[in-house]
Amino acid sequence: MNIGDWGHLGVIVAFVAAVVSALGYFMAARGRALGEADASWQRLGRGAFIVHGVAVIGVIVALFGIIHGHRYEYYYAWSHSSNHLPVYYMISCFWEGQEGSFLLWIFWHVLIGFWLIRGAKQWEAPVMAVFAFVQLFLTSMILGVMLGSLKLGSSPFILMKEFMPDLPVYKLNPDFVPQDGTGLNPLLQNYWMVIHPPTLFLGFALTLVPFAYAIAGLWKGQLTNWVQPAIRWSLVGGGILGVGIMMGAYWAYETLNFGGYWNWDPVENAVYIPWLVLVAALHALVLWQRGKTGLRTAFSLVVATFLLVLYATFLTRSGVLGNASVHSFTDLGLSGQLLIYLLAFVVLSIGLLVWRWKQIPVSEKELTMYHPELWVFIGATVLCLGAFQVLVTTSIPVYNALVGFFGVKSNLALPADQIAHYTKIQLWLGVFVALLSGIAQLLWWQRNDKETVSATFTIPAILTLLGASLVILLVRQNGDKQMSLPYIALLTTGLFGLLANVSMLIQLVRRGVRLSGGAVSHIGIALMLIGILASAGYSKIISQNTSGLLYSREFSEELNRDNVLLWRNDAAKMGKYELTYTGQYFDVPGVPEYVNKELLFPVANDEYKAIARGEIKVGEKTYYKSGDTLEVRPEDTYYRVNYKDTKTGKEFVLFPRAQANEEMGGLLASPDIKLFWDHDVYSHVSSVPDPNKEKDWSEAKQFVVAMNDTLFLNDYFAVFKNAEAAHNTAGLGLAKDDIAVQGDIIVYGEKGRQYHVHPVFLVKNGMVGRVADEVEDLGLRITLDNIDPQQGKFTFGVSTTQKDYVILKAMEKPFINLLWSGTLLMGLGFGIAVVQRGRKPKAAPAAKVPLGAKRAQVA
Amino acid sequence: MKKTHLLALVVIAIAISVVMATASDASVYVSFGEAKELAADGDLRKVHVVGRLPHDAQKNIVGMQYNPTVDPNYFTFMLVDTNKVQQQVVYFNPKPQDFEKSEQVVITGNMRNNVFVADKILLKCPSKYVEKDVKGATAAR
Repeated sequence: MNIGDWGHLGVIVAFVAAVVSALGYFMAARGRALGEADASWQRLGRGAFIVHGVAVIGVIVALFGIIHGHRYEYYYAWSHSSNHLPVYYMISCFWEGQEGSFLLWIFWHVLIGFWLIRGAKQWEAPVMAVFAFVQLFLTSMILGVMLGSLKLGSSPFILMKEFMPDLPVYKLNPDFVPQDGTGLNPLLQNYWMVIHPPTLFLGFALTLVPFAYAIAGLWKGQLTNWVQPAIRWSLVGGGILGVGIMMGAYWAYETLNFGGYWNWDPVENAVYIPWLVLVAALHALVLWQRGKTGLRTAFSLVVATFLLVLYATFLTRSGVLGNASVHSFTDLGLSGQLLIYLLAFVVLSIGLLVWRWKQIPVSEKELTMYHPELWVFIGATVLCLGAFQVLVTTSIPVYNALVGFFGVKSNLALPADQIAHYTKIQLWLGVFVALLSGIAQLLWWQRNDKETVSATFTIPAILTLLGASLVILLVRQNGDKQMSLPYIALLTTGLFGLLANVSMLIQLVRRGVRLSGGAVSHIGIALMLIGILASAGYSKIISQNTSGLLYSREFSEELNRDNVLLWRNDAAKMGKYELTYTGQYFDVPGVPEYVNKELLFPVANDEYKAIARGEIKVGEKTYYKSGDTLEVRPEDTYYRVNYKDTKTGKEFVLFPRAQANEEMGGLLASPDIKLFWDHDVYSHVSSVPDPNKEKDWSEAKQFVVAMNDTLFLNDYFAVFKNAEAAHNTAGLGLAKDDIAVQGDIIVYGEKGRQYHVHPVFLVKNGMVGRVADEVEDLGLRITLDNIDPQQGKFTFGVSTTQKDYVILKAMEKPFINLLWSGTLLMGLGFGIAVVQRGRKPKAAPAAKVPLGAKRAQVA
Repeated sequence: MKKTHLLALVVIAIAISVVMATASDASVYVSFGEAKELAADGDLRKVHVVGRLPHDAQKNIVGMQYNPTVDPNYFTFMLVDTNKVQQQVVYFNPKPQDFEKSEQVVITGNMRNNVFVADKILLKCPSKYVEKDVKGATAAR
């Protein structure tokens, strides 16, 4: 048996063990009160879950072994990996495919399951029954077993031969193994893609815990004491999922070129929706713990969160999105299986909820405006409405599929301008979240009446109005875009949310009460909202086409022309900057800066190697000498663009990168970003002359010259300095009797720059050959065509091509750092809350604050 | 009426308006003929059109023009929709680099003065997963 068979066997064992474990735990809990589970059934369930976990880890080791060992006889390795991939990106290969990402998710469930077996005590049997039931479905997705004509799951251990049996090569050679894989999607070759997916799937996995507790509570009739553990796990899940989402946003900002961090793509929305509902659920749970109200809401939202995670899985993995998303997974034909998974849990959990609904305690207390609970409750409702809006729009492809199922053809499409559509509604979600978080936080820590409320609210409210007016005035003075009403609303409420939470935090610290995780994360959210408003609402295109040169004047007033052409070494003025594109660069491992392509002579037949044409040094240190062979990463070309601030004279350099990739189709451009404290300058190339296309050279013009003669080329002149025996440096592969002569020509380019050109004339095995040399900067190619030794005359052929250029888009993103720092604070706030709730499990938040102290202060 | 009931009514009202806002913003897949009719009626709503690029006998794409050295923000091409109607499309952005290879093109935008002004182009390229050729597979080892 080889590694793939072992892996496949592991999947089958994991599946069977999950079935046994689910059964064992179910029987242990069935018909018995909480904490009185049947010991022998529970032992079976536990043992089976441990077997399941060990098998899953074995499967992961096997799959990683296949990728790491470049075993391209396996389809998964061939389609997701390649020989030149560094190890840390092999980890990303692991979860690039559907099967691997399922495995990752399963793996987190296993770890959390182990934790619960150790610590859940009386909850173990019913909670783990839910866990094992989920694992049963998830492992079935990667089972890869045929039941009659029905395919159950898609195995990652499938061989190339099994996946593509019709390849002609297998007729000639049944044992054919590809030499190299097709590689990891280059957009995923980014360190965020090593850490973002595991974080996100951990967040997904964590939503299962509160769900399992809720189901266990409903099942066993323990309708209140599941809240305690559920809060802690929801806090962990909410924090990790939130940070995971923002990691994805940061990756998109850094790697993709749509000019932002959030594109409202269905795949992004599919994670955003459950996160909003999870946060709403968390607030409802806290309401029950503090005010003995909102338990039905808490139950519904905890259940809804998990069901929405399943719905997200269905959306992104079943192929239902089709053309609607640029980055959903490939369709593995699992849609039926995914739908059964989704429906099973919808029916099961909603059934349980309905069965127990009447018994779930409700509060008799009528909430007034002075109760923070009321505002928290409204806040949770607003979050749900926000989630609902995204859900309704994102599901448009599902409606088409649904009515199509009944034979009706629907031509409904996602909104043409998705960003405008979502922004116009989600902006108000932000307004209310900021406002309500401020109000609720101010009321939360004290008993309220008219007097205390006006005392607590006055300072933040006045500061908010002052701050907002100041910003509005500043924008009016300096901005080219006036603030619209929704923007003013978001700014004002964002500031209020920030200041209210900060003032509460200061008071709490002064009173010597513990730090409030809630206040910290709400500060983070408020900062994020202000950061989004500034960076997205006031993102400014620097690269306006101001040349006045337009192809057509039709519609010219209403359209933005956001891309400019930069000729190599020609400075162009854009806004306050002067931009110069100065050439193409490569990444050379071991050298801390990018290396000019003109310094690198390509090696025939190995694009991963090059020969240095001159010294490669950074600062004082020389990394390679002329003639050294070095390693390069040929995938990415970096376009060096120099920015000069025309006012201050300060300069900086950006290296936006592009990858010509046949398989992904064309040019993949990634931006480079210059960070300033108050804004980012973000720029990417939108088009370059196709690097895979042969350049169009003019017919060679011949010059017959002697040494030290001058050649007058079109725009430049050159001096033929010398002719010498060529060294073997340029990878000529010369044998003993071969002759090679290289000319040394100095071309005087723009701004006094000089270029040494070395065309080679060689006689190899009695055959005459010529190796041209090129000055990319000038679009010039020179060959040494002939040598007349009697006369001392040399014939050079000079041809020209269009000068190199890039088409560039550049923009300014004001105050984007508020978004990222807000994200960190939000995560930190979640962390503080988790730690605090872990330390004092019975902490009743409000009652701990000495009310008298507050009174005294007010008086 | 209790406050919770009031809140519930407000929530339902907002939910309904959200659905209506989505319905009014949702776009549709149409043919060029329908897009022209919409524009003639003064409806400037942006629509989706699915089509293919016309090729001549030598398999070159017909009617495509992009000249970055003149205007990097002007790209025009012809598109044949599912009803075999050909229409000129203008895109005020650089040409997507993989444009020529795409099997199917989805554009969003609307008809204006007899040209379709696209603001988004979605390309469907030959599946990179299944039809990808295996390197070295043609050479028997």
